[in-house]
Amino acid sequence: MSEMDEIIREFLVESAEGLDQLDRNLVALEQRPGDAELLAGIFRCIHTIKGTSGFLGFGKLESVTHVGESLLSDLRDGKKALTPEITSALLQLVDAVRSILSAVEATGTDGEQTFPELIALLTRLQQGEAAPTTEPVGATAGAAPAGDPPEARGSAASDSNIRVDVALLDKLMNLVGELVLARNQILQFSTSQADAAFVATTQRLNLITTELQEGVMKTRMQPIGGVWAKFPRVVRDLALACRKQVRIEMEGEETELDKTIIEAIKDPLTHIVRNAMDHGFELPADRVSRGKPAEGRLSLRAYHEGGQVNIEISDDGAGINAERVKAKAIQKGIVTADQAARMGERELALLVFAPGFSTAEQVSNISGRGVGMDVVRTNVEKIGGSVDIQSVAGQGTTLKIKIPLTLAIIPALTVTTAGDRFAIPQVSLLELVRLEGAEATRELEMVHGAPVYRLRDRLLPLVNLAHALNLQTAFLAPDGPPTDAVNIVVLQADAHSFGLVVDEINDTEEIVVKPLGKQLKGIAAYAGATIMGDGRVALILDVLGLAQRAGVIAEHRDRPHGETGASAPAVAVERQMLLLFRLGDGRRMAIPLSQVARLEEFPRASVEWAGGHPTVQYRDRLLPLIHLAERLGDAPAGGAPDLLRVVVYSHEGRDVGLVVENIVDIVEETLTVHRRRHPGVVQGTAVIQGKVTDLLDVRALIDGAEDLLFVGTGGPFVAVGA
Amino acid sequence: MATERQFCTFHLGDLFLGISVVQVQEVIRGQQMTRVPLAGRGVRGLINLRGQIVTAVDLRERLGLPPLADGRVPMNVVVRTEDGAVSLLVDDIGDVLETTANQYEPVPETLAPAARALIQGVYKLPGRLLLVLDTAKALELDVVSAAH
Repeated sequence: MSEMDEIIREFLVESAEGLDQLDRNLVALEQRPGDAELLAGIFRCIHTIKGTSGFLGFGKLESVTHVGESLLSDLRDGKKALTPEITSALLQLVDAVRSILSAVEATGTDGEQTFPELIALLTRLQQGEAAPTTEPVGATAGAAPAGDPPEARGSAASDSNIRVDVALLDKLMNLVGELVLARNQILQFSTSQADAAFVATTQRLNLITTELQEGVMKTRMQPIGGVWAKFPRVVRDLALACRKQVRIEMEGEETELDKTIIEAIKDPLTHIVRNAMDHGFELPADRVSRGKPAEGRLSLRAYHEGGQVNIEISDDGAGINAERVKAKAIQKGIVTADQAARMGERELALLVFAPGFSTAEQVSNISGRGVGMDVVRTNVEKIGGSVDIQSVAGQGTTLKIKIPLTLAIIPALTVTTAGDRFAIPQVSLLELVRLEGAEATRELEMVHGAPVYRLRDRLLPLVNLAHALNLQTAFLAPDGPPTDAVNIVVLQADAHSFGLVVDEINDTEEIVVKPLGKQLKGIAAYAGATIMGDGRVALILDVLGLAQRAGVIAEHRDRPHGETGASAPAVAVERQMLLLFRLGDGRRMAIPLSQVARLEEFPRASVEWAGGHPTVQYRDRLLPLIHLAERLGDAPAGGAPDLLRVVVYSHEGRDVGLVVENIVDIVEETLTVHRRRHPGVVQGTAVIQGKVTDLLDVRALIDGAEDLLFVGTGGPFVAVGA
Repeated sequence: MATERQFCTFHLGDLFLGISVVQVQEVIRGQQMTRVPLAGRGVRGLINLRGQIVTAVDLRERLGLPPLADGRVPMNVVVRTEDGAVSLLVDDIGDVLETTANQYEPVPETLAPAARALIQGVYKLPGRLLLVLDTAKALELDVVSAAH
């Protein structure tokens, strides 16, 4: 009995592989109808399934494959020419076989379905116009000799390949991880040993372990072509369904990725391809009228670059319609009309990744199945990758996905804080900054306890790792400037960068990522743990989670395992860092710290006038000044001060100085925003530190002062209470 | 139906506790511990169990007992759970004991509330009482940091 199960299982595995091949071959056959070898391969595959199903007693499977085989036999013998109708029928046959096989897998029998229509269709196609030479028994018998030699070829290939359970490979990978660890410990120990034989053996152990590690990692690598293989069929079927003509081109199918990553990108890739078919390509007539060939081109490209794999999916379709995206985004409440009006083409294109966005007018059965591009992005980011989109109206769209080669082993920077070591994934790392003694005192500015650093003219919010993790450390005491050298790890989280202050920066090394147990999963600051060379455990920091925790970026994207959403009130609530300042009449205002380039003070005497507007010479440029109090219609309090306090706002290389009465504080706040019905320069109002504070929309302010500036369009305002 | 059960026993302060031997993967001496900032108070840290990273749960904290005296290193009782292995930190390990169903009693009301919630029942052994630890409850920790 168990031997029988074994045979059935093998049959299922083999047939599944054969069917995937069939899909590809049938589509290829449509392109090259004369390819006898291709046709012979297709025939052989169906023939083998038919033969085995007869032997195993799966009568329904046998009868379905039988009629298909007869049709294929006629095609092979040249009695019939391939038509799209025949191809479609044969593809349906592949689907029918698949569904019977899954019934076999689930129940052990070949199920209830008998596919009478499909059998009738295949029979009709076979008998069609051609001479009725059908004699099923004869066809089968005639086919048998043709099937033999290739099968012999197949078994030759199987001599050099065996199937291995993935669980076994995972176990090997774990064991190798342990071996690497033991090796590292022995290496450390051997440095204190004088025994030449021992040292030599250790060296040898070292080399073998490294090679073994590489070898085992290779066993888990699979070519991306495995995922792509189904796309020619998907594209063909969708092209027929949407009455479009599309040719698919693939490049770099042999590019290898870890199996877990392959699994993770399967669905996002399929979604992107479906999306391109549905929205990207125009109808053939439209294409011709625009001077493009009737047949569209969908190209998939994969290649290695800098330890990562890049996947590009490009179409030469209509490109993203910026106006439609804009209208949709406003309609869905993702952005306001004001914000949308200020967005460039590129930013508009990126809106397709916003949660809840879908431009499909109707939910079609092709895309628009409730999973949008935001899910694509989420899934890719979950495995440490990133997605970018580029679109040229009328010329097409390119999606670029960057993903790591493997999840199991990643390069990471190790740092020490308060005596503990932490690993930071290299992908989030931008640069390292070390400030010594006097430099540290000069360049680090403390605004009411919140440290900021001027990194190339930008104010970089600093997060002390020890504070963020509630650890005790002497560094960056909240009430004074730092005294010793300061190490800053500049990190990228979403669209924001921030500096992580740590006690020591150690080394970059490859680490083996291990998940954390259930008791610790809810802590967003960690992405996992790893074992260091000395055998001790170190935590891996989750840069995004840490940034959210420290309030550097808003917590608008809820992490799936986060517990934060449970008790969130219905009003818009976000946590972010804000710069608070006061105007002459005591009015308090705030802007997101991420928009602040610098804080400066200018003597009143240095103010000059350019075109009737106050301006100062600043870093070899002219910095136009806006007196906020005047602009907002408030009377300046008392006499003009001798020293102007200026918040330098910078965007796209153009700066503007906002003259304020004084800087109050930098706060990290959870905001409850009371929005204005007609948001103007003041976007909304919130209670910060117990006081009513207006949230300034600097972009709106600048837009109202275009005579003074050259600034027109640009990036979105960091959404407050989106 | 077998009424005999085998328990892996251990000490925590004055308490004599046990868990079913089938749950226990292994018992190991004190390991180098990596603390986890922001973790709930019940989590002592992470240990490296031959390449596997295991969370160590402080049973003293869970049972409302004071911390172990300075210099004394706890033992790790590594138990299997659906979510992988977890280590329970105990003062000392005892013998494996066999019990019979007629020795079983429900939890006495006099037990401190913190402990009572984690104890399933009591076996009256000759000369002493064996408290049966509910491992699932002992491992139900507040996910979010107590410090926030």
